[in-house]
Amino acid sequence: MPKDGGIGASSKRREDIRFLTGTGKYTDDINIRGQAYVHFLRSDVAHAKINGIDTSAAAAMPGVVQIFTGADFEAVGGIPCGWEITDRHGKAMQEPKHPVLAHGKVRHVGDPIAAVVAESLEQARDAAEAIELDLEELPAVVNMKAALVEGATKVHDDLDNNLCYDWGFVEENKGAVDAAIKGAAHVTTLELVNNRLVANPMEPRVAVGEYDRADGQHTLHTTSQNPHVIRLLMGAFVLGIPEHKLRVVAPDVGGGFGTKIFHYAEEAFCTFAAKAVNRPVKWTSSRSEAFMSDAHGRDHVTKIELALDKDNNFVAVRTETLANMGAYLSTFASSVPTWLHGTLMAGNYKTPNVYVNVKAVFTNTVPVDAYRGAGRPEATYQLERVIDMAARELGVDPIALRRQNYITEFPYATPVAVEYDTGDYNATMDKLEEIADIKGFAARRKESEARGMMRGLGINNYIEACGIAPSNLVGQLGARAGLYDAATVRVNATGSISVMVGAHSHGQGHETAFPQVVAEMLGIDESMIDIVHGDTSKIPFGMGTYGSRSLAVCGSAMVRATEKIINKAKKIAAHLMEASEADIELKDGNFSVAGTDKSVAWGDVTLAAYVPHNYPLEDIEPGLEETAFYDPANFTYPAGAYACEVEVDPDTGKVTIARFAAADDFGNVINPMIVSGQVHGGIAQGIGQALLESCVYDEDGQLLSASYMDYTMPRADDLPFYSVDHSCQTPCTHNPLGVKGCGEAGAIGSPPSVINAVIDALNSGGHDVKHIDMPATPAKVWAAMQS
Amino acid sequence: MSKITMTVNGKAASGDVEGRTLLSSFLREDLFLTGTHIGCDTSQCGACVVHVNGVAVKSCTMLAAEADGAEISTIEGQAAPDGTLNTIQQAFQDHHGLQCGFCTPGMVMSAAALLKENPKPTEAEVRHYLEGNICRCTGYHNIVKAILAASGQEIPAIAAE
Repeated sequence: MPKDGGIGASSKRREDIRFLTGTGKYTDDINIRGQAYVHFLRSDVAHAKINGIDTSAAAAMPGVVQIFTGADFEAVGGIPCGWEITDRHGKAMQEPKHPVLAHGKVRHVGDPIAAVVAESLEQARDAAEAIELDLEELPAVVNMKAALVEGATKVHDDLDNNLCYDWGFVEENKGAVDAAIKGAAHVTTLELVNNRLVANPMEPRVAVGEYDRADGQHTLHTTSQNPHVIRLLMGAFVLGIPEHKLRVVAPDVGGGFGTKIFHYAEEAFCTFAAKAVNRPVKWTSSRSEAFMSDAHGRDHVTKIELALDKDNNFVAVRTETLANMGAYLSTFASSVPTWLHGTLMAGNYKTPNVYVNVKAVFTNTVPVDAYRGAGRPEATYQLERVIDMAARELGVDPIALRRQNYITEFPYATPVAVEYDTGDYNATMDKLEEIADIKGFAARRKESEARGMMRGLGINNYIEACGIAPSNLVGQLGARAGLYDAATVRVNATGSISVMVGAHSHGQGHETAFPQVVAEMLGIDESMIDIVHGDTSKIPFGMGTYGSRSLAVCGSAMVRATEKIINKAKKIAAHLMEASEADIELKDGNFSVAGTDKSVAWGDVTLAAYVPHNYPLEDIEPGLEETAFYDPANFTYPAGAYACEVEVDPDTGKVTIARFAAADDFGNVINPMIVSGQVHGGIAQGIGQALLESCVYDEDGQLLSASYMDYTMPRADDLPFYSVDHSCQTPCTHNPLGVKGCGEAGAIGSPPSVINAVIDALNSGGHDVKHIDMPATPAKVWAAMQS
Repeated sequence: MSKITMTVNGKAASGDVEGRTLLSSFLREDLFLTGTHIGCDTSQCGACVVHVNGVAVKSCTMLAAEADGAEISTIEGQAAPDGTLNTIQQAFQDHHGLQCGFCTPGMVMSAAALLKENPKPTEAEVRHYLEGNICRCTGYHNIVKAILAASGQEIPAIAAE
């Protein structure tokens, strides 16, 4: 029986009303009286020395307020990287300077060279065309292998070479892994590419900077997943503005998918320029600009080896990966191919020996950073592809091979330094077999074949580490910030509640789901509770929304703060009823004295807190507001099993997704409707990666896929209805809600099953194809069939 | 600059525009109807779909001056004056057909145009019609489901959850 409210109810989203009526307030909807507009003149070449920038003609153009170049930013800091990686020899990563505006050199197409601030956007654009640039083009490094060759052109002249770091994990495992592979009965080797993607939230980035001379207060309105992180990075590292003089506001944000985590140069520019020109400065990215200035995702080249014994038990996994950093280190870039990738290479399996090597490489391309899943899709894809390949080589059933090697006892310490608290991988696979109707596949294949189509079935598991993250642990690993979160529960005199949370909602439905938790705890109606987020001046603190962490970390802080509220409210209730605090029970919004018929309502207690005429003032303060910070004890480990069925047209190589099923274990679920929606969206992005999307550079570093004419976004008719299930629930053992996180699962879990299905289809049609790199476009699939 | 006059959501509206001003900019910047969104610069994403004389148009592909004298309908004009959502809007909420909300105005306006032309579309027809509307959040599952529901049709079993 579905609940009508509280934990476990599919409450309809309250935020939908404003989005459905055009009354949402996104950053580009903000216009401040007197604002000027900025247009960035960006490099149209990948690598060049800046010999001169002549802005004199442009400065005389109509409406121009001021033109800025790199020289104007010499006195301020560069855009910082938030995570220092130590390489396998104990050396710190090479960390280049990342100026707000390019200085001396441009290093990728889209690198901003000059910024024109004008009365109107059109005037700013017109004036930018009148800037005379003297660029001396240099050879570009685009290919990662070529970038690492001795003597290759350097992206950064002041670094030793283009190698950011050479990371080994766990370095002490290496000898045992090498020996296990040498002595194995069977070794499957696969080389693959995890294609470069562009996150493409539908709302392009926007920044509006303001400065108030009266009190020296800066305000930045920005499209961010984490306004406090922007305040920290921009205030402390770039512009030197103390926190109390800098407010960052992220109002309604039209999707993020990771790319709006990072601190970008345009944010620092608008904040800086607003003071310099003494008026608000607004920047709105165009989509073409987004393609060359939003951090990209993925872009790994990997060789993975899976060793098995004579009974098909996995004995070792060894990987070598080149990870593209692009031209500069974006906020979390360095952590993605390392801690968010290497720690997941055991997958769902009890492989005793695992070793991961990652070389991060600078190239003349847009910086690469976290995109939905961030490192975990890359880990899952290579592992689940190589397992499938091994099953095919050994002639065994891919589901049986996986089941045979599952971790079945928890907690389980992997050889790559993490401890899975709970899970039941057989249960999710059982559920998958049911909802995907694996038994019916043979008949469906026959039916496809009767129509002249090849049909394939692809299966995979995934595991991810979410709920980022225990601060003391990530501190040891090089993180330059804590990764806790915070919430304030403010109960008003009449009993209504505002909850100020550090997590930011940009599609995840926090404004609906978070009140469900508080309502359940207090026994009051959800409509009495509002969530406040996205403004550093209104919320206590918060590290924001990414890594499927909002509910697991910030939700936990909210639970802790609500527990404090309950404790205090019980003291007040005890006083009002002249009873012992220990005897007070809270149920359905009423406080009662155990074993009596005495009770007071929620509203009586909240009113007493603010009108303390009859109140234990000697013991407790008036008011009812509590804050909690929560730092998780461990990551959470959502896991699941996915199945994809494809049809491949033998004449054209076109792949059609015929069916898709996902069985996930997210632990406890607060709002099943929202959770299903998150999985749907993730699957679509995973299918997009597997079949459609690819960010392409030519050998000179020219970006060829810089608009929706060239970069294939998944459309409605590329995708089917998905069958999703999250009824297998092994609750997280270390957070108060038992939740694991669901935002990234779909994007992590879906690419391998799609490619496994394509390979299965081709083999069923008599084509001995072992692997096709993503995206499996018709051209690639057709070519594979001909070889 | 030229003066233009049009009817927007049943009310007279006018303004002075440059020849190059797009209808999308005029609605957002001059009439403060910011529900119409700009998601791309190549007329691919569909976040800016409005109805011009009853026909769905990407308002970034039309000059404001071309809309002189036209009847325009935007997302702000879809709900009843008392705030009651129309059938399509309500179906989007009931079936969780939106997440971040950015593509939503265009989706709702396109869906309205589809159901006007084809009151009982098949799933395939819905998906085909939405080719010019990109959503990055929902994977389209619940959008397609919401539109089928708004048309009064049964939702396929696989899409039930």
